[in-house]
Amino acid sequence: MNWQSVRAIYKKEMMRFFRTLTQSIASPVISTTLYFVVFGAAIGGRIQSVEGIPYGAFIVPGLMMLTVLQQSVANASFGIYFPKFSGTIYELLVAPTGWIEVALGFVGAAATKAIFVALLILGTSYFFVDMSVQHPVWMMVFLILTAVCFSLLGFIIGLWAKNFEQLQIIPMMVITPLVFLGGAFYSANMLPPFWEQVAKLNPVLYLVSGFRWAFFGLADVPVGVSLVAVAIMTVLLLAAIRWIFLTGWRLRE
Amino acid sequence: MGAIIEVDHISKQYGSGTKALDDVSLTIEEGEILALLGPNGAGKTTLISIICGLVVPTGGTVRVGGHDIRSDWRAARELIGLVPQEISLDLFETVENSVKFSRGLYGKGTDAAYVEQVLRSLTLWDKRDAQIRELSGGMKRRVLIAKALAHRPRVLFLDEPTAGVDVTLRREMWQVVRQLREDGVTIILTTHYLEEAEEMADRVGVINKGQLLLLRPKSDLMGEFGCKTLTIEMDQPLTALPEGLRDRDLILSEDGLTIGYNYDTRSGRSGIGRLLADLSAAGISVRDVATTQSSLEEVFLNLVEEKA
Repeated sequence: MNWQSVRAIYKKEMMRFFRTLTQSIASPVISTTLYFVVFGAAIGGRIQSVEGIPYGAFIVPGLMMLTVLQQSVANASFGIYFPKFSGTIYELLVAPTGWIEVALGFVGAAATKAIFVALLILGTSYFFVDMSVQHPVWMMVFLILTAVCFSLLGFIIGLWAKNFEQLQIIPMMVITPLVFLGGAFYSANMLPPFWEQVAKLNPVLYLVSGFRWAFFGLADVPVGVSLVAVAIMTVLLLAAIRWIFLTGWRLRE
Repeated sequence: MGAIIEVDHISKQYGSGTKALDDVSLTIEEGEILALLGPNGAGKTTLISIICGLVVPTGGTVRVGGHDIRSDWRAARELIGLVPQEISLDLFETVENSVKFSRGLYGKGTDAAYVEQVLRSLTLWDKRDAQIRELSGGMKRRVLIAKALAHRPRVLFLDEPTAGVDVTLRREMWQVVRQLREDGVTIILTTHYLEEAEEMADRVGVINKGQLLLLRPKSDLMGEFGCKTLTIEMDQPLTALPEGLRDRDLILSEDGLTIGYNYDTRSGRSGIGRLLADLSAAGISVRDVATTQSSLEEVFLNLVEEKA
Protein backbone atom coordinates (compact mmCIF):
# COMPACT_ATOMS: atom_id res chain seq x y z
CA MET A 1 0.00 0.00 0.00
CA ASN A 2 1.42 3.36 -1.11
CA TRP A 3 0.14 5.73 1.60
CA GLN A 4 2.27 8.60 0.34
CA SER A 5 0.35 8.56 -2.92
CA VAL A 6 -2.99 8.58 -1.08
CA ARG A 7 -1.77 11.58 0.86
CA ALA A 8 -0.50 13.31 -2.30
CA ILE A 9 -3.79 12.88 -4.16
CA TYR A 10 -5.86 13.86 -1.11
CA LYS A 11 -3.76 16.97 -0.50
CA LYS A 12 -3.88 18.04 -4.13
CA GLU A 13 -7.66 17.66 -4.23
CA MET A 14 -8.12 19.56 -0.98
CA MET A 15 -5.87 22.35 -2.27
CA ARG A 16 -8.13 22.63 -5.29
CA PHE A 17 -11.09 22.92 -2.90
CA PHE A 18 -9.41 25.67 -0.90
CA ARG A 19 -8.44 27.52 -4.08
CA THR A 20 -12.14 27.87 -4.83
CA LEU A 21 -13.36 28.01 -1.24
CA THR A 22 -15.78 30.90 -1.67
CA GLN A 23 -17.67 29.33 -4.53
CA SER A 24 -17.43 25.90 -2.90
CA ILE A 25 -19.29 27.02 0.20
CA ALA A 26 -21.30 30.04 -0.96
CA SER A 27 -23.43 28.08 -3.40
CA PRO A 28 -24.64 25.34 -1.02
CA VAL A 29 -25.19 27.80 1.84
CA ILE A 30 -27.29 30.11 -0.36
CA SER A 31 -29.27 27.14 -1.71
CA THR A 32 -29.95 25.87 1.81
CA THR A 33 -31.04 29.28 2.99
CA LEU A 34 -33.49 29.39 0.11
CA TYR A 35 -34.81 25.93 1.02
CA PHE A 36 -35.40 27.14 4.58
CA VAL A 37 -37.17 30.23 3.32
CA VAL A 38 -39.35 28.30 0.84
CA PHE A 39 -39.98 25.02 2.68
CA GLY A 40 -39.47 26.11 6.25
CA ALA A 41 -41.16 29.50 6.34
CA ALA A 42 -43.62 29.48 3.42
CA ILE A 43 -44.76 25.82 3.30
CA GLY A 44 -43.70 24.91 6.82
CA GLY A 45 -46.05 27.54 8.15
CA ARG A 46 -48.98 25.42 6.86
CA ILE A 47 -47.58 21.97 7.79
CA GLN A 48 -46.62 22.89 11.36
CA SER A 49 -45.10 19.54 12.36
CA VAL A 50 -44.35 16.04 11.09
CA GLU A 51 -44.58 13.25 13.68
CA GLY A 52 -44.29 15.87 16.39
CA ILE A 53 -41.22 17.62 14.94
CA PRO A 54 -41.50 21.20 13.65
CA TYR A 55 -41.36 21.04 9.86
CA GLY A 56 -38.42 23.45 9.67
CA ALA A 57 -36.34 21.14 11.87
CA PHE A 58 -37.71 17.99 10.16
CA ILE A 59 -36.19 18.97 6.79
CA VAL A 60 -32.69 19.69 8.15
CA PRO A 61 -31.42 16.08 7.87
CA GLY A 62 -32.95 15.86 4.40
CA LEU A 63 -31.29 19.08 3.33
CA MET A 64 -27.95 17.88 4.68
CA MET A 65 -28.37 14.58 2.83
CA LEU A 66 -29.30 16.41 -0.35
CA THR A 67 -26.12 18.45 -0.04
CA VAL A 68 -23.88 15.51 0.89
CA LEU A 69 -25.13 13.44 -2.02
CA GLN A 70 -24.81 16.21 -4.56
CA GLN A 71 -21.45 17.41 -3.29
CA SER A 72 -19.99 13.92 -2.96
CA VAL A 73 -20.96 12.92 -6.47
CA ALA A 74 -19.95 16.27 -7.99
CA ASN A 75 -16.58 16.50 -6.21
CA ALA A 76 -15.51 12.92 -6.85
CA SER A 77 -16.71 12.79 -10.45
CA PHE A 78 -15.04 16.08 -11.35
CA GLY A 79 -11.93 15.17 -9.35
CA ILE A 80 -11.16 12.12 -11.49
CA TYR A 81 -12.74 13.32 -14.74
CA PHE A 82 -10.65 16.48 -14.94
CA PRO A 83 -7.29 14.64 -15.08
CA LYS A 84 -8.80 12.47 -17.81
CA PHE A 85 -9.93 15.57 -19.68
CA SER A 86 -6.63 17.43 -19.27
CA GLY A 87 -4.46 14.36 -19.86
CA THR A 88 -2.78 14.50 -16.45
CA ILE A 89 -4.30 11.10 -15.61
CA TYR A 90 -1.18 9.57 -17.20
CA GLU A 91 0.70 10.40 -14.02
CA LEU A 92 -1.61 8.29 -11.90
CA LEU A 93 -1.48 5.42 -14.36
CA VAL A 94 2.29 5.20 -14.70
CA ALA A 95 3.00 5.61 -10.97
CA PRO A 96 3.28 2.64 -8.60
CA THR A 97 -0.16 3.57 -7.32
CA GLY A 98 -2.93 0.98 -7.26
CA TRP A 99 -6.67 1.38 -7.64
CA ILE A 100 -7.24 1.48 -3.92
CA GLU A 101 -4.77 4.33 -3.39
CA VAL A 102 -6.23 6.38 -6.23
CA ALA A 103 -9.78 5.74 -5.00
CA LEU A 104 -8.88 6.53 -1.38
CA GLY A 105 -7.23 9.81 -2.37
CA PHE A 106 -10.01 11.10 -4.58
CA VAL A 107 -12.93 9.66 -2.62
CA GLY A 108 -11.43 10.72 0.71
CA ALA A 109 -11.06 14.30 -0.50
CA ALA A 110 -14.53 14.39 -2.09
CA ALA A 111 -16.12 12.99 1.07
CA THR A 112 -14.21 15.47 3.26
CA LYS A 113 -15.45 18.39 1.20
CA ALA A 114 -19.02 17.10 1.23
CA ILE A 115 -18.97 16.58 5.00
CA PHE A 116 -17.51 20.05 5.51
CA VAL A 117 -20.30 21.63 3.47
CA ALA A 118 -22.98 19.51 5.20
CA LEU A 119 -21.76 20.62 8.63
CA LEU A 120 -21.78 24.18 7.39
CA ILE A 121 -25.42 23.71 6.45
CA LEU A 122 -26.16 22.27 9.86
CA GLY A 123 -24.60 25.38 11.36
CA THR A 124 -26.64 27.59 9.02
CA SER A 125 -29.85 25.80 10.00
CA TYR A 126 -29.46 26.92 13.61
CA PHE A 127 -30.14 30.45 12.36
CA PHE A 128 -33.59 29.29 11.21
CA VAL A 129 -34.72 26.49 13.51
CA ASP A 130 -34.40 25.43 17.11
CA MET A 131 -33.32 21.80 17.38
CA SER A 132 -30.78 19.39 18.86
CA VAL A 133 -29.15 16.22 17.59
CA GLN A 134 -30.10 13.19 19.72
CA HIS A 135 -27.32 10.87 18.52
CA PRO A 136 -24.41 13.07 17.34
CA VAL A 137 -22.00 10.14 16.98
CA TRP A 138 -24.44 8.21 14.79
CA MET A 139 -25.15 11.37 12.86
CA MET A 140 -21.45 11.58 12.01
CA VAL A 141 -21.34 7.85 11.21
CA PHE A 142 -24.21 8.21 8.73
CA LEU A 143 -22.75 11.40 7.33
CA ILE A 144 -19.33 9.84 6.72
CA LEU A 145 -20.73 6.59 5.34
CA THR A 146 -23.05 8.41 2.98
CA ALA A 147 -20.37 10.82 1.83
CA VAL A 148 -17.95 7.95 1.16
CA CYS A 149 -20.60 5.83 -0.55
CA PHE A 150 -21.73 8.57 -2.94
CA SER A 151 -18.19 9.79 -3.52
CA LEU A 152 -17.45 6.26 -4.73
CA LEU A 153 -20.44 6.55 -7.05
CA GLY A 154 -19.22 9.94 -8.26
CA PHE A 155 -15.76 8.50 -8.81
CA ILE A 156 -17.23 5.81 -11.07
CA ILE A 157 -19.25 8.43 -12.96
CA GLY A 158 -16.04 10.42 -13.50
CA LEU A 159 -14.24 7.32 -14.76
CA TRP A 160 -17.14 6.45 -17.06
CA ALA A 161 -17.81 9.94 -18.45
CA LYS A 162 -16.35 10.76 -21.84
CA ASN A 163 -17.41 14.41 -21.80
CA PHE A 164 -18.75 17.09 -19.47
CA GLU A 165 -22.34 16.38 -20.53
CA GLN A 166 -22.08 12.78 -19.34
CA LEU A 167 -20.51 14.05 -16.14
CA GLN A 168 -23.62 16.10 -15.41
CA ILE A 169 -26.32 13.76 -16.64
CA ILE A 170 -26.32 11.14 -13.85
CA PRO A 171 -26.32 13.63 -10.97
CA MET A 172 -29.05 15.60 -12.70
CA MET A 173 -31.23 12.75 -13.96
CA VAL A 174 -30.72 10.20 -11.19
CA ILE A 175 -29.28 11.57 -7.96
CA THR A 176 -31.44 14.67 -7.55
CA PRO A 177 -34.75 12.83 -8.24
CA LEU A 178 -33.74 10.03 -5.86
CA VAL A 179 -33.07 12.56 -3.12
CA PHE A 180 -36.33 14.42 -3.64
CA LEU A 181 -38.23 11.11 -3.75
CA GLY A 182 -36.23 9.71 -0.84
CA GLY A 183 -38.06 11.55 1.91
CA ALA A 184 -35.79 14.54 2.20
CA PHE A 185 -38.75 16.87 2.70
CA TYR A 186 -41.40 14.45 4.01
CA SER A 187 -41.77 11.21 5.89
CA ALA A 188 -42.34 8.09 3.78
CA ASN A 189 -45.17 7.28 6.21
CA MET A 190 -47.04 10.27 4.77
CA LEU A 191 -47.26 8.51 1.38
CA PRO A 192 -50.16 6.23 0.36
CA PRO A 193 -49.31 2.55 1.14
CA PHE A 194 -48.50 1.67 -2.49
CA TRP A 195 -46.12 4.61 -2.95
CA GLU A 196 -44.60 3.98 0.45
CA GLN A 197 -43.57 0.51 -0.80
CA VAL A 198 -42.25 1.99 -4.05
CA ALA A 199 -40.28 4.58 -2.06
CA LYS A 200 -38.58 1.74 -0.18
CA LEU A 201 -36.89 0.70 -3.45
CA ASN A 202 -35.05 4.01 -3.36
CA PRO A 203 -31.66 3.57 -1.63
CA VAL A 204 -31.59 7.23 -0.65
CA LEU A 205 -34.66 6.69 1.58
CA TYR A 206 -32.52 4.46 3.82
CA LEU A 207 -29.83 7.11 4.11
CA VAL A 208 -32.24 9.93 4.89
CA SER A 209 -34.17 7.73 7.32
CA GLY A 210 -31.07 6.65 9.24
CA PHE A 211 -29.77 10.18 9.29
CA ARG A 212 -33.09 11.57 10.53
CA TRP A 213 -33.12 8.93 13.26
CA ALA A 214 -29.75 10.25 14.46
CA PHE A 215 -31.34 13.69 14.76
CA PHE A 216 -34.78 12.95 16.17
CA GLY A 217 -34.93 9.24 17.04
CA LEU A 218 -37.52 8.72 14.26
CA ALA A 219 -37.02 6.54 11.20
CA ASP A 220 -39.06 5.36 8.19
CA VAL A 221 -37.09 2.09 8.13
CA PRO A 222 -35.10 0.34 10.87
CA VAL A 223 -31.70 1.96 11.44
CA GLY A 224 -29.89 -1.38 11.05
CA VAL A 225 -31.40 -1.76 7.58
CA SER A 226 -30.14 1.71 6.69
CA LEU A 227 -26.60 0.82 7.78
CA VAL A 228 -26.64 -2.48 5.89
CA ALA A 229 -27.93 -0.69 2.77
CA VAL A 230 -25.04 1.79 2.88
CA ALA A 231 -22.53 -0.96 3.55
CA ILE A 232 -23.78 -3.06 0.60
CA MET A 233 -23.67 -0.06 -1.72
CA THR A 234 -20.14 0.77 -0.61
CA VAL A 235 -18.88 -2.76 -1.22
CA LEU A 236 -20.53 -2.95 -4.66
CA LEU A 237 -19.09 0.40 -5.69
CA LEU A 238 -15.59 -0.54 -4.49
CA ALA A 239 -15.81 -3.77 -6.47
CA ALA A 240 -16.80 -1.80 -9.57
CA ILE A 241 -13.83 0.59 -9.15
CA ARG A 242 -11.46 -2.32 -8.70
CA TRP A 243 -12.79 -3.90 -11.90
CA ILE A 244 -12.38 -0.64 -13.83
CA PHE A 245 -8.76 -0.23 -12.78
CA LEU A 246 -7.80 -3.87 -13.28
CA THR A 247 -9.32 -4.07 -16.74
CA GLY A 248 -8.30 -0.54 -17.70
CA TRP A 249 -11.83 0.20 -18.94
CA ARG A 250 -11.92 3.83 -20.10
CA LEU A 251 -8.49 4.33 -18.55
CA ARG A 252 -5.89 2.34 -20.43
CA GLU A 253 -7.68 1.80 -23.74
CA MET B 1 26.15 -2.43 -17.90
CA GLY B 2 23.29 -4.91 -18.14
CA ALA B 3 19.85 -4.68 -19.65
CA ILE B 4 17.42 -2.39 -17.86
CA ILE B 5 14.45 -3.08 -20.15
CA GLU B 6 13.62 -6.34 -21.87
CA VAL B 7 10.72 -6.28 -24.31
CA ASP B 8 9.80 -9.77 -25.42
CA HIS B 9 7.42 -10.42 -28.34
CA ILE B 10 5.10 -7.55 -27.49
CA SER B 11 1.97 -7.13 -29.59
CA LYS B 12 -0.92 -4.73 -29.35
CA GLN B 13 -4.13 -5.01 -31.29
CA TYR B 14 -6.93 -2.54 -30.60
CA GLY B 15 -10.61 -3.47 -30.52
CA SER B 16 -11.06 -1.96 -33.97
CA GLY B 17 -8.63 -4.56 -35.32
CA THR B 18 -5.78 -2.10 -35.78
CA LYS B 19 -2.46 -3.76 -35.06
CA ALA B 20 -0.34 -1.10 -33.38
CA LEU B 21 2.56 -3.41 -32.53
CA ASP B 22 3.43 -6.74 -34.05
CA ASP B 23 5.76 -9.03 -32.16
CA VAL B 24 8.31 -6.44 -31.08
CA SER B 25 11.34 -7.53 -29.06
CA LEU B 26 14.23 -5.39 -27.90
CA THR B 27 16.64 -4.93 -25.04
CA ILE B 28 17.69 -1.55 -23.69
CA GLU B 29 21.00 -1.28 -21.90
CA GLU B 30 21.35 0.70 -18.70
CA GLY B 31 22.85 4.15 -19.23
CA GLU B 32 22.30 4.41 -22.97
CA ILE B 33 20.24 6.84 -25.01
CA LEU B 34 17.98 4.99 -27.40
CA ALA B 35 16.09 6.89 -30.07
CA LEU B 36 12.98 5.33 -31.53
CA LEU B 37 12.29 6.63 -34.98
CA GLY B 38 9.29 6.12 -37.14
CA PRO B 39 6.60 7.93 -39.06
CA ASN B 40 3.30 8.96 -37.46
CA GLY B 41 1.30 5.97 -36.27
CA ALA B 42 4.31 3.66 -36.53
CA GLY B 43 3.82 2.35 -32.99
CA LYS B 44 6.50 4.29 -31.08
CA THR B 45 4.17 5.82 -28.52
CA THR B 46 2.27 2.54 -28.13
CA LEU B 47 5.53 0.77 -27.33
CA ILE B 48 6.58 3.20 -24.62
CA SER B 49 3.00 3.38 -23.31
CA ILE B 50 3.06 -0.40 -22.83
CA ILE B 51 6.40 -0.31 -21.02
CA CYS B 52 5.15 2.51 -18.77
CA GLY B 53 1.84 0.77 -18.01
CA LEU B 54 -0.49 3.13 -19.90
CA VAL B 55 -1.53 0.55 -22.47
CA VAL B 56 -2.19 -3.14 -21.85
CA PRO B 57 -0.48 -5.35 -24.45
CA THR B 58 -2.36 -8.16 -26.14
CA GLY B 59 0.69 -10.39 -26.06
CA GLY B 60 4.27 -10.63 -24.85
CA THR B 61 6.11 -9.54 -21.73
CA VAL B 62 8.12 -6.56 -20.56
CA ARG B 63 10.61 -6.51 -17.72
CA VAL B 64 12.04 -3.32 -16.23
CA GLY B 65 15.05 -3.76 -13.99
CA GLY B 66 14.15 -7.47 -13.89
CA HIS B 67 10.59 -6.78 -12.74
CA ASP B 68 7.65 -7.90 -14.88
CA ILE B 69 5.42 -4.91 -15.61
CA ARG B 70 2.25 -6.94 -15.00
CA SER B 71 3.02 -9.21 -12.04
CA ASP B 72 5.55 -6.94 -10.30
CA TRP B 73 4.22 -3.61 -11.54
CA ARG B 74 4.97 -1.51 -8.47
CA ALA B 75 8.68 -2.33 -8.51
CA ALA B 76 8.85 -1.92 -12.29
CA ARG B 77 7.12 1.45 -12.30
CA GLU B 78 9.27 2.85 -9.52
CA LEU B 79 12.18 2.74 -11.96
CA ILE B 80 10.43 4.64 -14.74
CA GLY B 81 9.76 8.30 -15.44
CA LEU B 82 7.63 9.39 -18.39
CA VAL B 83 7.57 12.72 -20.17
CA PRO B 84 4.48 12.60 -22.38
CA GLN B 85 4.17 14.10 -25.82
CA GLU B 86 1.33 16.44 -24.89
CA ILE B 87 1.78 19.16 -22.29
CA SER B 88 -0.49 17.57 -19.68
CA LEU B 89 -0.28 19.66 -16.54
CA ASP B 90 -2.58 21.07 -13.90
CA LEU B 91 -2.28 24.69 -14.98
CA PHE B 92 -3.43 26.14 -11.67
CA GLU B 93 -0.84 24.33 -9.60
CA THR B 94 2.52 25.88 -8.76
CA VAL B 95 5.68 24.39 -10.24
CA GLU B 96 7.03 23.21 -6.91
CA ASN B 97 3.76 21.67 -5.73
CA SER B 98 3.39 19.89 -9.03
CA VAL B 99 6.82 18.26 -8.65
CA LYS B 100 6.12 17.39 -5.01
CA PHE B 101 2.84 15.77 -6.07
CA SER B 102 4.72 13.57 -8.53
CA ARG B 103 7.12 12.50 -5.77
CA GLY B 104 4.17 11.61 -3.58
CA LEU B 105 2.65 9.38 -6.25
CA TYR B 106 5.82 7.33 -6.22
CA GLY B 107 5.64 6.91 -2.46
CA LYS B 108 8.47 9.37 -1.81
CA GLY B 109 8.36 11.73 1.11
CA THR B 110 9.33 15.37 1.10
CA ASP B 111 12.92 15.99 -0.01
CA ALA B 112 13.21 19.75 -0.42
CA ALA B 113 16.91 19.56 -1.32
CA TYR B 114 16.34 17.11 -4.18
CA VAL B 115 13.32 19.01 -5.51
CA GLU B 116 15.42 22.18 -5.48
CA GLN B 117 18.24 20.37 -7.28
CA VAL B 118 15.87 19.14 -10.01
CA LEU B 119 14.26 22.56 -10.44
CA ARG B 120 17.61 24.29 -10.57
CA SER B 121 19.01 21.83 -13.11
CA LEU B 122 16.05 22.63 -15.35
CA THR B 123 16.30 26.38 -14.65
CA LEU B 124 12.87 26.37 -13.02
CA TRP B 125 13.89 27.30 -9.50
CA ASP B 126 13.04 30.98 -9.96
CA LYS B 127 9.59 29.96 -11.15
CA ARG B 128 8.87 27.50 -8.35
CA ASP B 129 6.02 29.56 -6.92
CA ALA B 130 4.51 30.46 -10.29
CA GLN B 131 1.34 28.77 -11.46
CA ILE B 132 2.09 26.57 -14.45
CA ARG B 133 -0.33 28.51 -16.64
CA GLU B 134 2.00 31.53 -16.33
CA LEU B 135 4.94 29.67 -17.91
CA SER B 136 6.07 29.60 -21.52
CA GLY B 137 5.72 26.45 -23.61
CA GLY B 138 9.36 25.56 -23.13
CA MET B 139 9.15 25.93 -19.38
CA LYS B 140 6.05 23.75 -19.28
CA ARG B 141 8.00 21.03 -21.07
CA ARG B 142 10.75 21.37 -18.49
CA VAL B 143 8.14 21.05 -15.73
CA LEU B 144 7.07 17.76 -17.31
CA ILE B 145 10.69 16.59 -17.16
CA ALA B 146 11.03 17.77 -13.55
CA LYS B 147 7.91 15.81 -12.62
CA ALA B 148 9.22 12.71 -14.37
CA LEU B 149 12.51 13.02 -12.47
CA ALA B 150 10.89 13.74 -9.11
CA HIS B 151 11.29 10.18 -7.85
CA ARG B 152 14.83 9.63 -9.21
CA PRO B 153 13.94 7.15 -11.98
CA ARG B 154 16.60 4.98 -13.57
CA VAL B 155 14.84 5.08 -16.92
CA LEU B 156 13.35 8.16 -18.51
CA PHE B 157 10.99 8.01 -21.47
CA LEU B 158 10.73 11.17 -23.54
CA ASP B 159 7.90 10.99 -26.04
CA GLU B 160 8.61 13.53 -28.76
CA PRO B 161 10.33 15.87 -26.28
CA THR B 162 10.94 18.68 -28.74
CA ALA B 163 7.81 18.43 -30.88
CA GLY B 164 6.70 21.91 -31.81
CA VAL B 165 9.46 23.78 -29.97
CA ASP B 166 11.84 26.26 -31.55
CA VAL B 167 15.45 25.50 -32.42
CA THR B 168 16.94 27.28 -29.41
CA LEU B 169 14.72 25.43 -27.00
CA ARG B 170 15.38 22.14 -28.77
CA ARG B 171 19.09 22.56 -28.22
CA GLU B 172 18.42 23.45 -24.60
CA MET B 173 16.45 20.23 -24.20
CA TRP B 174 19.26 18.22 -25.75
CA GLN B 175 21.59 19.69 -23.19
CA VAL B 176 19.22 18.59 -20.43
CA VAL B 177 19.07 15.07 -21.87
CA ARG B 178 22.86 14.84 -22.11
CA GLN B 179 23.16 15.96 -18.50
CA LEU B 180 20.68 13.28 -17.44
CA ARG B 181 22.69 10.63 -19.23
CA GLU B 182 25.80 11.84 -17.45
CA ASP B 183 23.87 11.39 -14.22
CA GLY B 184 23.35 7.75 -15.16
CA VAL B 185 19.75 7.86 -16.34
CA THR B 186 18.83 5.58 -19.23
CA ILE B 187 16.91 7.56 -21.82
CA ILE B 188 14.49 6.34 -24.44
CA LEU B 189 13.17 9.02 -26.73
CA THR B 190 10.81 8.93 -29.62
CA THR B 191 11.26 11.60 -32.19
CA HIS B 192 10.36 12.81 -35.62
CA TYR B 193 13.49 14.90 -35.75
CA LEU B 194 16.19 12.69 -37.09
CA GLU B 195 18.66 15.41 -36.27
CA GLU B 196 17.74 14.80 -32.65
CA ALA B 197 18.54 11.10 -32.84
CA GLU B 198 21.70 11.80 -34.78
CA GLU B 199 22.79 14.35 -32.21
CA MET B 200 22.11 12.37 -29.07
CA ALA B 201 21.38 8.67 -29.44
CA ASP B 202 23.78 5.82 -28.82
CA ARG B 203 21.45 3.41 -30.56
CA VAL B 204 18.62 3.92 -32.98
CA GLY B 205 15.53 1.79 -33.40
CA VAL B 206 13.33 2.23 -36.44
CA ILE B 207 9.67 1.30 -36.12
CA ASN B 208 7.23 1.24 -38.97
CA LYS B 209 3.74 -0.26 -39.16
CA GLY B 210 4.10 -1.77 -35.70
CA GLN B 211 7.30 -3.62 -36.47
CA LEU B 212 10.81 -2.93 -35.27
CA LEU B 213 12.73 -2.76 -38.53
CA LEU B 214 16.12 -2.48 -36.92
CA LEU B 215 17.94 -1.61 -33.73
CA ARG B 216 21.60 -0.69 -34.13
CA PRO B 217 24.26 1.56 -32.69
CA LYS B 218 23.93 4.87 -34.49
CA SER B 219 27.47 4.75 -35.83
CA ASP B 220 26.95 1.25 -37.30
CA LEU B 221 23.69 2.34 -38.85
CA MET B 222 25.19 5.34 -40.51
CA GLY B 223 28.14 3.28 -41.65
CA GLU B 224 26.03 0.40 -42.88
CA PHE B 225 23.31 2.30 -44.62
CA GLY B 226 24.96 5.60 -45.17
CA CYS B 227 26.61 6.76 -48.35
CA LYS B 228 29.43 9.24 -48.40
CA THR B 229 29.98 11.96 -50.92
CA LEU B 230 33.43 13.10 -51.93
CA THR B 231 33.49 16.69 -53.13
CA ILE B 232 36.50 17.62 -55.22
CA GLU B 233 37.24 21.29 -55.72
CA MET B 234 39.38 22.21 -58.71
CA ASP B 235 41.66 25.14 -59.51
CA GLN B 236 40.24 25.65 -62.99
CA PRO B 237 36.63 25.19 -64.08
CA LEU B 238 35.77 22.34 -66.43
CA THR B 239 33.28 22.63 -69.24
CA ALA B 240 32.79 18.85 -69.29
CA LEU B 241 34.16 15.75 -67.67
CA PRO B 242 37.22 14.31 -69.46
CA GLU B 243 36.57 11.35 -71.75
CA GLY B 244 38.09 8.76 -69.40
CA LEU B 245 35.95 9.81 -66.45
CA ARG B 246 32.54 9.88 -68.09
CA ASP B 247 31.72 6.27 -67.27
CA ARG B 248 32.18 7.04 -63.56
CA ASP B 249 29.23 8.18 -61.46
CA LEU B 250 30.44 11.75 -61.17
CA ILE B 251 28.49 14.99 -60.96
CA LEU B 252 30.01 18.17 -62.31
CA SER B 253 28.69 21.37 -60.77
CA GLU B 254 27.16 24.06 -62.96
CA ASP B 255 30.12 26.39 -62.48
CA GLY B 256 32.44 23.53 -63.37
CA LEU B 257 34.55 24.01 -60.24
CA THR B 258 33.53 20.94 -58.23
CA ILE B 259 33.00 17.27 -58.89
CA GLY B 260 30.79 15.17 -56.63
CA TYR B 261 31.42 11.46 -56.20
CA ASN B 262 29.05 9.19 -54.23
CA TYR B 263 30.45 5.99 -52.81
CA ASP B 264 29.10 3.24 -50.61
CA THR B 265 30.93 2.86 -47.29
CA ARG B 266 29.94 -0.82 -47.19
CA SER B 267 31.97 -1.72 -50.24
CA GLY B 268 35.58 -2.59 -49.60
CA ARG B 269 36.88 -0.25 -52.28
CA SER B 270 35.76 3.35 -52.33
CA GLY B 271 37.50 4.10 -55.60
CA ILE B 272 38.74 7.42 -54.28
CA GLY B 273 42.41 6.73 -54.85
CA ARG B 274 41.86 5.70 -58.44
CA LEU B 275 39.62 8.68 -59.11
CA LEU B 276 42.21 11.12 -57.80
CA ALA B 277 44.91 9.40 -59.84
CA ASP B 278 42.74 9.59 -62.98
CA LEU B 279 42.08 13.27 -62.37
CA SER B 280 45.78 13.90 -62.02
CA ALA B 281 46.49 11.91 -65.19
CA ALA B 282 43.91 14.01 -67.03
CA GLY B 283 45.83 17.11 -65.96
CA ILE B 284 43.18 18.36 -63.59
CA SER B 285 44.62 20.20 -60.64
CA VAL B 286 42.75 19.52 -57.37
CA ARG B 287 42.55 22.38 -54.88
CA ASP B 288 40.66 20.66 -52.05
CA VAL B 289 38.68 17.55 -51.18
CA ALA B 290 35.96 17.00 -48.56
CA THR B 291 33.69 14.12 -47.59
CA THR B 292 30.17 14.33 -46.22
CA GLN B 293 28.11 11.48 -44.82
CA SER B 294 24.41 11.12 -45.56
CA SER B 295 22.26 12.14 -42.64
CA LEU B 296 20.23 9.78 -40.51
CA GLU B 297 17.19 11.24 -42.21
CA GLU B 298 18.33 9.84 -45.53
CA VAL B 299 19.20 6.53 -43.89
CA PHE B 300 15.79 6.42 -42.27
CA LEU B 301 13.89 7.28 -45.43
CA ASN B 302 15.86 4.71 -47.42
CA LEU B 303 15.10 2.08 -44.83
CA VAL B 304 11.38 2.78 -44.48
CA GLU B 305 10.93 2.93 -48.26
CA GLU B 306 12.95 -0.24 -48.71
CA LYS B 307 10.78 -2.20 -46.24
CA ALA B 308 7.46 -0.68 -47.30
